[in-house]
Amino acid sequence: MVFDLTEEQRMIQDTAREFARKEVLPKAAELDENSRFPDELIRQMAELGFMGIAVPEEYGGAGMDNVCYAIAMEEISRACASTGVIMSVNNSLACDPILKFGSEEIKREYLVPMASGKKLGCFGLTEPGAGSDAGSQKTTAVRDGDFYVVNGTKNFITNAPQADTCVLFTMTDKAKSHKGITAFVVDMKWKGVSLGKHEKKMGIRASATSSIIFEEVRVPAKNRLGNDGDGFKVAMSTLDGGRIGIASQAIGIARASFEDALSYSKDRKQFGQAICEFQAIQWMLADIATEIDAARLLTWRAAWMKDRKMRHSKESSMAKLYASEVAMRAAVKGVQIHGGYGYINEYPAERHFRDAKITEIYEGTSEIQRLVISAALLKG
Amino acid sequence: MDFRLTDEQLQVEDMVRGLSRKEFAPRAAQVDEESRYPVENHRRLAELGLLGMLYPASYGGSEAGPVSYSIALREVAGGCASTGVGMAVTNMTGEAIFRFGNDAQRRRYLPMLSGGKGAGAFALTEPGAGSDAGGLSTFAREDGDGYVLDGSKVFITNGANACVTIVMALTRKSPRKISAFLVEPGTPGFSVGKGEHKMGIKGSDTVSLSFEECRVPKSSMLGAPGEGLRIALSALDGGRIGIASQAIGIARSALSTATEYARDRRQFGQAIGEFQAIQWKLADAATELDAAQLLAFRAAYLKEKGVPYTKEASMAKLFATEAGNRACHAAVQVLGGYGYIREYPVERNLRDIRVTTIYEGTSEIQRLVISRDLCG
Repeated sequence: MVFDLTEEQRMIQDTAREFARKEVLPKAAELDENSRFPDELIRQMAELGFMGIAVPEEYGGAGMDNVCYAIAMEEISRACASTGVIMSVNNSLACDPILKFGSEEIKREYLVPMASGKKLGCFGLTEPGAGSDAGSQKTTAVRDGDFYVVNGTKNFITNAPQADTCVLFTMTDKAKSHKGITAFVVDMKWKGVSLGKHEKKMGIRASATSSIIFEEVRVPAKNRLGNDGDGFKVAMSTLDGGRIGIASQAIGIARASFEDALSYSKDRKQFGQAICEFQAIQWMLADIATEIDAARLLTWRAAWMKDRKMRHSKESSMAKLYASEVAMRAAVKGVQIHGGYGYINEYPAERHFRDAKITEIYEGTSEIQRLVISAALLKG
Repeated sequence: MDFRLTDEQLQVEDMVRGLSRKEFAPRAAQVDEESRYPVENHRRLAELGLLGMLYPASYGGSEAGPVSYSIALREVAGGCASTGVGMAVTNMTGEAIFRFGNDAQRRRYLPMLSGGKGAGAFALTEPGAGSDAGGLSTFAREDGDGYVLDGSKVFITNGANACVTIVMALTRKSPRKISAFLVEPGTPGFSVGKGEHKMGIKGSDTVSLSFEECRVPKSSMLGAPGEGLRIALSALDGGRIGIASQAIGIARSALSTATEYARDRRQFGQAIGEFQAIQWKLADAATELDAAQLLAFRAAYLKEKGVPYTKEASMAKLFATEAGNRACHAAVQVLGGYGYIREYPVERNLRDIRVTTIYEGTSEIQRLVISRDLCG
């Protein structure tokens, strides 16, 4: 049992914290206000190796471990939750499945540019009719010689408007239900791929979200991840890692709420004293700080297990469930501590509140996490 | 970061889990029913080296360290919470004597404590000094080569079965100075009051103590004059890891009963574990208990390393005891009517765990400790 960070983990924490404070934080309000995708930050993060942290160097990544990934995600998200999710999707949902399931050729062609941050990835699983019930895919892929022909619509796809590459899930054998799902790596510039509606969101506004429409798109068979029917496995295994990223994002948002509220409570005077002198405020701060530490330990445990190639579905779900709900509670309390100032955009508390909410929804709602956890418990 | 237990810690876990399941759990209902101090459990703990886990073999201890101690206490409390708290306070008393005592005191008391000759007790709380522990009024008047103690203590765990009690008393009223004394049973003027009737941990010995013209030699002072509050607070830092571990042990036990019940119990044509209403309770309890365990291990790890851990111990105690209470509530609810009767252990678990948010610093005191650290 060692709770200290390794040299490398401390180093990335310092680097990410410094970068987030200097470069990301000053832009966060403007990015939110204008729903602007932070191109320049993503380029800088690519140079720091943040777009493929746990991808080996031979495939363009930084060759670090998943605890490093969790640490960097928290720091970036502390400054800007939108920038955090752009990073998380590229690392966890685009790079990781190709690293794990792609052929050598596919890794060279698609993983190297994404992990090095020259290109951006997205993850096409959700459909208008397939949200929590991800197995009910309607997008089809029909074999045609050395190709598959893909038709269908994906929605709520993070990074889609900027993405070069999509890890796409399709139904190749409807009769087999979720065992008939197959995953592919698709170039977003291919004929027949187009973007649909650009969503206007409550929060994480600097991250772009749109639907993707596939019309008679010809995907080479060599772009398949795993075999026919492996898609659901690819998706679930990918999300086990993705949930570590979102848990870390949630911790970053929770910290933002907490740190801003703490500093406000020390400055703000009412009834002749700083409001942090009142137990009403102290209680909120103590509870948030405790819950943030608990969430981080759950998250780092899951990341550590992933590094050791241990099965970590339950632990990732626990981390994601707990951290996202902490982010929301911290945001509610953060706004409350700020009072009226928490409700106006002069202070970032209201943005944290809007940003926190998504972490309870995407990459598996809190309800899906509880299903995963309770299934593991009841199986015994 | 490394979340693995060492081989030694795994061995402790295995051994104590076995002991607790085989010997403590089967008698726990009867111990509770009869409000009986389980002296046979205390003896077994001594035989296995579980009563002096925080000091070296040269004083009769096993020096297993704070992480192993936390694991052992969790496992004991999982079988019998009353035995757990008795073990916790004995270990805490021994550790305080080891840390602050002189060699003569260590040689006299530590082998007695680890060998199970008696329990250790820690007398800080008074009728008028609970959370405001510094406000105690027991007075120790200097008189020749000794001190004369006057005052009373309440809610003292292990008080009637202790071979040594650490008693906190004022040695000066203005400015206030608190000192610690080692008092043995049978000292003239020292008497033990009646046992309290408690909601839970009924097998734990909880009594009031009174000191009337109780004369102790100067050599019985633990640490230096005026060092009492520091000794008390330092002991409580460690004690809080203990109570966090106790709460985790009780709550895990309740969750395991509830999970098994949810698998077997059928209503509306299916196992109740198939209903999301039940699944949600289990998932939330398991998640929070894992988080609690990690917080407790972190605090124990910091203590083992010898770095400050006051805030982390308070976080662990606050979180584990609150989460543990929620988990036990949920377990009773999952069992429905069967959760309310003594045929199943969850009703006892719920009564037992209730005290953990109260003793060794209420949740409110933990939040004060944490927020003071935050707000500077």
